[in-house]
Amino acid sequence: MLSDDEIKKLESRARDIRETIINSLVAAGSGHTAGPLGMADIFTALYFHILKHDPTRPEWEGRDRLVLSNGHICPVLYATLAHAGYFDVEECMTLRKFGSRLQGHPERLRLPGLETTSGPLGEGLSQAAGIALSFRMDECQDVVRPTSDVGRTTSYMGGERRRVYCLMSDAEQQEGNTWEAAMFAGKNRLAGLTAIVDRNNIQIDGNTEDVMPLEPLADKYRAFNWHVLEVNGNDIPAFIAATEEAKAVAEKPTLIIAYTIPGKGVPEIEGDYHWHGKPPSKKEGERFLEQIRHA
Amino acid sequence: MLNPDAKLAENIFSLEVEKRPTRDGFGTGTIEAARADPRVVVLCGDLAESTRALWFQKEFPERFIELGVAEQNMATVAAGMARAGMVPFIASYACFSPGRNYEQIRTTIALNHVPVKICGMHAGVSVGPDGATHQMLEDIGMMRMLPGMTVIAPGDAEEARKAVVAAAQTDGPVYLRFGREATPVFTTSETPFQIGKALTLWESENPTVAILATGAMSYTALEAARAFEASGIGSIVLHVPTIKPLDTEAILVAARRAGRVVTVEEHQTAGGFGSAVAELLSERHPVSVKRLGVRDQFGQSGAPEELLAYYGLDIAAIMHAASE
Repeated sequence: MLSDDEIKKLESRARDIRETIINSLVAAGSGHTAGPLGMADIFTALYFHILKHDPTRPEWEGRDRLVLSNGHICPVLYATLAHAGYFDVEECMTLRKFGSRLQGHPERLRLPGLETTSGPLGEGLSQAAGIALSFRMDECQDVVRPTSDVGRTTSYMGGERRRVYCLMSDAEQQEGNTWEAAMFAGKNRLAGLTAIVDRNNIQIDGNTEDVMPLEPLADKYRAFNWHVLEVNGNDIPAFIAATEEAKAVAEKPTLIIAYTIPGKGVPEIEGDYHWHGKPPSKKEGERFLEQIRHA
Repeated sequence: MLNPDAKLAENIFSLEVEKRPTRDGFGTGTIEAARADPRVVVLCGDLAESTRALWFQKEFPERFIELGVAEQNMATVAAGMARAGMVPFIASYACFSPGRNYEQIRTTIALNHVPVKICGMHAGVSVGPDGATHQMLEDIGMMRMLPGMTVIAPGDAEEARKAVVAAAQTDGPVYLRFGREATPVFTTSETPFQIGKALTLWESENPTVAILATGAMSYTALEAARAFEASGIGSIVLHVPTIKPLDTEAILVAARRAGRVVTVEEHQTAGGFGSAVAELLSERHPVSVKRLGVRDQFGQSGAPEELLAYYGLDIAAIMHAASE
């Protein structure tokens, strides 16, 4: 259980991250606003409480893995990595600019701390499943790795479980590849895998249930042999509790359907799908920052 | 005459020459690679027997992963496994992988630059009766356009084995192309193979044409060169298993010596091996380049040899193009 003080600290972190998101989007002049703001609480919970990771050693073998499938919400990933100490917060202002390590969609080879390259939807869950399966093969010692080969990620962690987290959008549940991956993870009982769907109900062309309905989403995953939890994704302690429960499930991968408010923290755009894929202007940005600070 | 340094099969022109499909080399090669490197795993999309992944499965059941009929998932699961330190080979028919899962390969394997080895079986019209849907003719073009992707079309089952072993030792992504039909095994265990190196199979004293071929077509090119020799025409046959990176030196040497080039591949003439050769020569040593392949058409059902003749990929077609 988190103390009230710890919760307050995390919530304050989330506010800082939201401010960086707004600043970086204003500087970039393009990019996605609603998703990153809505996911700021979950990213905070992951990088400041849940994940085993070390910003000074981004490729540390013992780290948990976080695969961001919906790469377009990367402003929140970049802002969180910066606040966690992977790089200077100031670098977030280079978002989407020529020569920047912070590409419009995340590119692993350009920025330490990224587990994969993403943007095209529906491809993260299967990569996360591949990592989880590899970890299990290591842990079962089906595959004995050569210890001399330091150039690759090889060493077996002596039984210390590394968990794999995958963040997805809700609209990418419309991709076939997502369900191929869901079937695969269910078949292989990848208990080391926790997937999180950002259930904010918006996509580019409107609300998900109008564009292509996803419900009953929880039942669908249950039918694919997943353990499914539903939480308020803007409630940090509730989300952390859900990830704890996932760790206790031994025979199935876990899906956390995290209901989030797109644009969370900026009341004037909360829930508005028009803010899916556009950045605030300078003037709007100033207003949004004001609202975030007073939230 | 045959290049003695190539150490080719002794009975190469005999009817008794051993015939095996190049996909056999996937089976033997992955087993060999896995014995040497515990990170090697094989992923398969419900085609274990025909891709020869079954051979691997019998030897290494715990390192064989069955994906079912889901090629997009196969590519992306492999990308994840590679990121976790494995060396995954993914096996399906070329029509489906890289045909079906091109974007997954582009983003999660090529741009992400992880060492996944994409193995496309049943490439070309020689698949035969299955028809156009299953006769992949665009894969070389699709794969060679991807930055950082190595592309290899082995000439026979023995070379395919070596190519698979070499691919396992390469850090980046590799596309390997295999055929369904049994074709002559013209190389031996002594024949040199190195990714990025072409191999002269035949060289006459006064060559007037250089025949550059990839995949099993190199054997057909060799037969054409032998028939040419009998009628007093000299030629070079350069076998080019690695389409990317191309062995530019060997190709330039052959083009300079012979002054004229014919390329042969079981693929569309647009974007494939012949295009790669033409791109190189037009920049470095412009000579006449005739490209043999399928010209802007799909395949169809038929017997393999019947189809190869129909699409202009037999000895007669090569001789005709080379003597024009």
